[in-house]
Amino acid sequence: MKALTLTNVNKSFGDVHVLKDINLEVEDGEFVVFVGPSGCGKSTLLRVIAGLEDVSSGEVSIGGEIVNATPPCRRGIAMVFQSYALYPHLNVRKNMSLALKQEKQSKQVIEERIAEATRMLNLEDYLERYPSELSGGQRQRVAIGRAIVRHPKLFLFDEPLSNLDAALRMNTRLEIANLHQQLKTSMVYVTHDQSEAMTLADKIVVLRAGRVEQVGSPMELYNNPVNQFVAGFLGSPAMNFMPASLISEGDTRTLGVRPEDLFQSDQGPLKASVQHVEHLGGDTNVIAKVKDHQITARLFGQHDIKPGAELSFGIADGKSFYFDKDGARLRG
Amino acid sequence: MNKARTNPLNTAAMHGALILYTLIALFPVFVILINSFKTRKAIFREPLALPSADSFSMIGYQTVMKQGDFFLYFQNSMIVTVVSLTFILVFGAMAAFALSEYRFKGNMLMGLYLALGIMIPIRIGTVAILEMMVATGLVNSLMALILVYTAQGLPLAVFILSEFMRQVSDDLKNAGRIDGLSEYTIFFRLVLPLVRPAMATVAVFNMIPIWNDLWFPLILAPAEETKTLTLGSQVFIGQFVTDWNAVLSALSMAILPVLVLYVIFSRQLIRGITSGAVK
Ligand SMILES: Nc1ncnc2c1ncn2[C@@H]1O[C@H](COP(=O)(O)OP(=O)(O)OP(=O)(O)O)[C@@H](O)[C@H]1O
Ligand SMILES: [Mg+2]
Repeated sequence: MKALTLTNVNKSFGDVHVLKDINLEVEDGEFVVFVGPSGCGKSTLLRVIAGLEDVSSGEVSIGGEIVNATPPCRRGIAMVFQSYALYPHLNVRKNMSLALKQEKQSKQVIEERIAEATRMLNLEDYLERYPSELSGGQRQRVAIGRAIVRHPKLFLFDEPLSNLDAALRMNTRLEIANLHQQLKTSMVYVTHDQSEAMTLADKIVVLRAGRVEQVGSPMELYNNPVNQFVAGFLGSPAMNFMPASLISEGDTRTLGVRPEDLFQSDQGPLKASVQHVEHLGGDTNVIAKVKDHQITARLFGQHDIKPGAELSFGIADGKSFYFDKDGARLRG
Repeated sequence: MNKARTNPLNTAAMHGALILYTLIALFPVFVILINSFKTRKAIFREPLALPSADSFSMIGYQTVMKQGDFFLYFQNSMIVTVVSLTFILVFGAMAAFALSEYRFKGNMLMGLYLALGIMIPIRIGTVAILEMMVATGLVNSLMALILVYTAQGLPLAVFILSEFMRQVSDDLKNAGRIDGLSEYTIFFRLVLPLVRPAMATVAVFNMIPIWNDLWFPLILAPAEETKTLTLGSQVFIGQFVTDWNAVLSALSMAILPVLVLYVIFSRQLIRGITSGAVK
């Protein structure tokens, strides 16, 4: 049984066609991440799944049931919002129990579920506090707790970490990964941060301008992107793109090489002048110019390279990607 | 901003200005209050003097109590003001919520139509309103006043409240929907508390003109049993003689309830529980 199936989903706001013919399946227990640049329709897609927006056409089914006409509260989902969206007039305990009370669960069930969620998220000390008395990270945990207590069939996260600072973001990311392992519930997670997508996902869905560009596991997408957009979006530092004519005269294609697939070699075809060097300890990122094209090379270990140096780079065997002028991948 | 706060000179200047403004604003009220406790002669001889042992007199209050049914007027004014305010706030907030929250055909037009009333003074329609009230048999009833005041207050209420409701986080409302709250619960429990300062503003802006209005009570409800306080006080202001003791006493008593209502609303104005709802 599929946790979620989207069939030919379209969504327009007036004349603005935001989601274009989306087809997607989420397996039971899978962690699926939607990534894409800002404004590409990720949140809209999530809201369509939640039932907060109606589809313009197409079909949404959750757990095998078509839910196009089912209100959000009966779709068996729980959602965590970017802005936390805690009820300001209720304390943490009541924030978490509200949905269960609406479902008319017994007192005992409510108690158990809250105890379970607070234990998982270390919220025991905050149960009687109001949202205004919590830090950003604590609020986000309460928001997650509010989703957990419902025992949903599907979790929806809309950029849950983007309001947190970097260190907290790492921690909470781990917590969410742990949570997924413990609960084994399907999760759909929206982010525009490719590293979050790569680290959390079983399956990544790359969206651009309301269209699905590619679906696959993080490594599939990384190693085998279908087009220039996906290739450039995943991976950090991003893939280098340059005209293929730089290495073979008259070639009109675009060449893509990942920074780690460039290596220093005196016979290398790319003659570059170093602009800037980032010493990260474990790695060294060299930003250099080949003619007018900026490239980034990621060298393993520590290298004593100075800006202004003239270097040659080679490309690792079989690690070149070619794209046509519309960005489609050319194979072979 | 912080710098201005910590500079003692600035603080002093700021407080000086505020205190001066308070004194100017309170002065007329103060004069009315002290003079309402003086004899007629004392009022005219030394209008700014405090009541002393020989100038003290309760004659004004006694006249007011004897003349007409002052408490009934009082009660009428209170009923009209409170019920009108309630209607304005409830219906205004509901309309504002619909306009700001739901996408439907003609949403914009409806908003503009409702806002149009801000620019058109309702008194232009007095004749038509009177005819309508006569036809429906509402003349000389408090209901007539309440309906007119509600109509008069709604446009601004809808306009202000819908602006504020647009700012209430969508995520919060959506969280409510996912948790199974009905639209009514979302409106009453989530949105209204968050726009409480705006509600209080609307209430204060509407309350004072309604309480003080003379025009509509005079035209729509001049009967003895539906007179409002403002209308009732007019008996002391004659074309040739004015009973100043009574007028001042009546005014003093009329200030009180507005003051109380104002204090209630202005506390709401200041208190905000929005912080912490969303980041
Ligand atoms: N209610 C609406 N009416 C009209 N257009 C809308 C509405 N909601 C969203 N849009 C448009 O739909 C597009 C997608 O919006 P959406 O919020 O889904 O983007 P997103 O991918 O979540 O972006 P971000 O990463 O910035 O959150 C945007 O161009 C936006 O302007
Ligand atoms: Mg978004």
